[in-house]
Amino acid sequence: MHKVVEKKYISDIVVKMVVEAPDIARKRKAGQFVILMIDEKGERIPLTIVDSDPGKGTITIIFQVVGKTTDWLSKLNPGDFIKHVVGPLGHATEIEKIGTGVCVGGGVGIGVVYPIAAALKKAGNEVISIIGARTKEILILEEEMKKASDQLLVATDDGSYGFHGFVSTVLQNLIDSGKKIDRVFAIGPVPMMRVICNVTRPYNIKTIVSLNPIMVDGTGMCGACRVSVGGETRFTCVDGPEFDGHQVDFGLLMSRLQMYCDQEKHAMNLCRCGHGK
Amino acid sequence: MENEKKEKKEKVPRQPMPEQDPKERIKNFNEVPLGYTAETAVLEAKRCIMCKKPGCISGCPVDVDIPGFVKLVAEGDFIGAARKLKETNALPAVCGRVCPQEDQCEKVCILGKKGEPVAIGRLERFAADYERNSGQVTIPKVAPPTGKKIAIVGAGPAGLTIAGDLVKLGHDITVFEALHKPGGVLIYGIPEFRLPKAIVDAEVNYVEKLGVKIVNNAAIGRIKTIDELFGEGFEAVFLGVGAGAPTFMNIPGENLSGIYSANEYLTRSNLMKAYAFPEYDTPIARGKNVAVIGGGNVAMDSVRTALRLGADNAYIIYRRTEVEMPARIEEVHHAKEEGVQFKLLTNPIQYIGDEKGWVRQMVCNRMELGEPDDSGRRRPVVVKGSEFTIDVDTVVVAIGTMANPVIQKTTPGLETNKWGYIAVKDETGLTTRKGVWAGGDIVTGSATVILAMGAGRKAANAIHQYVMNAGK
Repeated sequence: MHKVVEKKYISDIVVKMVVEAPDIARKRKAGQFVILMIDEKGERIPLTIVDSDPGKGTITIIFQVVGKTTDWLSKLNPGDFIKHVVGPLGHATEIEKIGTGVCVGGGVGIGVVYPIAAALKKAGNEVISIIGARTKEILILEEEMKKASDQLLVATDDGSYGFHGFVSTVLQNLIDSGKKIDRVFAIGPVPMMRVICNVTRPYNIKTIVSLNPIMVDGTGMCGACRVSVGGETRFTCVDGPEFDGHQVDFGLLMSRLQMYCDQEKHAMNLCRCGHGK
Repeated sequence: MENEKKEKKEKVPRQPMPEQDPKERIKNFNEVPLGYTAETAVLEAKRCIMCKKPGCISGCPVDVDIPGFVKLVAEGDFIGAARKLKETNALPAVCGRVCPQEDQCEKVCILGKKGEPVAIGRLERFAADYERNSGQVTIPKVAPPTGKKIAIVGAGPAGLTIAGDLVKLGHDITVFEALHKPGGVLIYGIPEFRLPKAIVDAEVNYVEKLGVKIVNNAAIGRIKTIDELFGEGFEAVFLGVGAGAPTFMNIPGENLSGIYSANEYLTRSNLMKAYAFPEYDTPIARGKNVAVIGGGNVAMDSVRTALRLGADNAYIIYRRTEVEMPARIEEVHHAKEEGVQFKLLTNPIQYIGDEKGWVRQMVCNRMELGEPDDSGRRRPVVVKGSEFTIDVDTVVVAIGTMANPVIQKTTPGLETNKWGYIAVKDETGLTTRKGVWAGGDIVTGSATVILAMGAGRKAANAIHQYVMNAGK
C-alpha cells in the first residue's frame, strides 16, 4: 500500500502526485518508471518517475487524465492509498557530458523530460529546453524547467503564450540559427516525437525519445510493449523506455497504442455514469 | 483369501473424473474436472495393490509417499492423506491438477502394465481439496529458529516449494515477487478453468502460515540486486524467476495489433481477470477468429481461453502432427471436446493487417514431416507452393519462452549458458556465485510445475547444509 501524500492539478487535465515509496525513492534514476495498480480490480499502468525525495521516501508522478484509470487516480486525495507500485523499471537515461543538450517536452511529456534536463544540467551540460502545449492553461512545469535549463523556449499551438506554433518549429529555428546541438531528448505525444526526429535526422543530431506503449507486467514477461527499433522488435519495459528516435517505427507505436480504444471508451463511460468505481 | 482380494481389486476400473459438459463449460471460466466424491475416491484408492517396492514414488519429482497417502484415502482418513502429501509437497491441490502424472507416477504404476494405472493425481487432488474444504488445514510445527536469513527470488512453484521446505527447518525466509500477487505461472499462466485461483491463494496462504514472508512488487535486479540482498544479511539466495521472456517467430506483421504472446494473453485473462472486463479494468481482445500458434500446454490453455472469451473459430496452428505435440493428451482431448479446430502441419509465415494496423489474415505454409531433427522428432519441411491464408482477428503466439536477462545482467559472477539460462554446477542448482542457487525454468527452460518444485526441493537441502555449515 502506498499513501498519496500530495496531489495538485498543474493544469486542467494534468495532475502531479507525490506518493510514498521509500525503496523506489532511494533507487530510482532519471528516465525510469513505475507500474501502478490502484486496487485489485485495477489495471497496471506505467508512469515515469518525475522526481523523488529519498529523505521523505516519496516519488513524484505526473499524469494526464486520458482514461478510466488515470481519471480514477486523479480522484485520489492525500491520505488515500494506491494498492501496488512496482519499480524502478526500465533503464535510466544515459547522462553524460555531451556539451549542449536540447530537451523537448510536449504536453504531459514535459514531466518526463524534466528530470532528464535537471540531470543533464547537473552533469555540467548546457541545457536548452523547448516546451509546448496546446494552449497556455495546460502548459506545465514552466518554472521547474526554467531552473533546470540554461535557456527555456515555450510554444503553444494556439499562440496564447510564447511562440505560436509547434515545438518542432522552435527546434528547427534553433538549428537554423547555427546553434551547435549535441543531443536532443524529445518526449511527448507520438506525433510530436516523430516530427522532432524528422527535424533532427538531416543534421544527424542524436535524438533520444522515451516511449509509452501499453504495458502489463513491465518486467519483460509479456511483450505487450513491443516496438520496432531499427527493424528489430524490442521490449520497451526492459530494453527501453528510451530509444534512438531515428530508428523508431512511430506508426506501429501509434496503432498499438490504440488497440483497446473502444474498450477504454466503454469503461470510461461506465465509470462516468457511476457504474464503475 | 489373498488371491480373492486381488481379483476383486482388478475388477474395479479406473474411476472416471466427472467433468463439466463441453457445451456449457465453454461459456464459463469454472473448473472443468469436478473432482471425485468420497465414495469414488475410496473405490479408486482401493485399486492400489500396495506394491512392496513401489515404482510410483521414484516417478515423483518431490518423492511423495504415494502408497502411504493412497492407503489413507482407501481407509477413509482423508485428512491424514492430505497431511501425508504435505510432508513432501507444499502444493498438493495444485499438483493434483496440473502435474503430467501420465509421464511420472502413473507411468510407472504396476497396474498400468496390463490395464489402467491408479489415478494418483485425482486422488491427490481429492485429498488436498477435502482438507481445504473441511477447514481442517493444520500448520505443522517448524524447527526452532536457526537465525539464518535466506532470500528466495520468485514466488512460483520452485520458490514456494523451497520456501516451505526451508522455513520448516527453522530458517528466516523472505520471498521476493515482481508481480503484485504470488504464485508465478500458477497465478498468471494457468487458467482458472484448469486451476482455480482460490486454490493457489490457499496454498500460498499455507506457505505463509508456515512463517514465510512474501514481498510482492519487488523486481529483484531493479529494486535490489543480489549483492544488495547479501548486504542486508541474507546468507543464501535461491533464484526461481522462471523463463520469463516470450518468444516470437520474427515473421512479417507479427507486431500488428491483436497479436499477443501467450504470456500476455494469459496474464491479461488470468492475473488481471480481463475475462471479467469491465468489472476488472484490464481489457483483452475478444476475437471471433482466434489462431493460437503452438502445440504445448500453454497453447491449449490459450485456445481454450479464446473459446471462453467468445471465439466462433478457435484454431491450433501447429507445424507438426498431433503425435509430436508436447501438450498433455488430456489437454488436447479437452480442447477437442470444446470444439477447438486443429490445423496441423501448418506454419504461419506472415500476418496481414487492416488500415488500423489490426491483424486480419494469416498466411501459412503447409508442412510435411521429413527426417528426424536433434530432438528426435521428424523435422517439418515446407510443401512447395502450398501457401494459403486464414482469416483471423486475434493471434496468440505460444511457441515457448526464453530467459529473462534482468537478474543475470545485474549480478556479477553469475554465469549463463548459451541460451541465457543460469548455469548450474550440480543437481542442487548451485550457480557460479557463492551462496546462490537457481532452479526451475530459469535453469532448464520451459518445463513443468512439478519439475520446478523438484528443483526447489533439491536446492533446499543444499542451502540448508550450506547455511548451517557457514562459518564453521
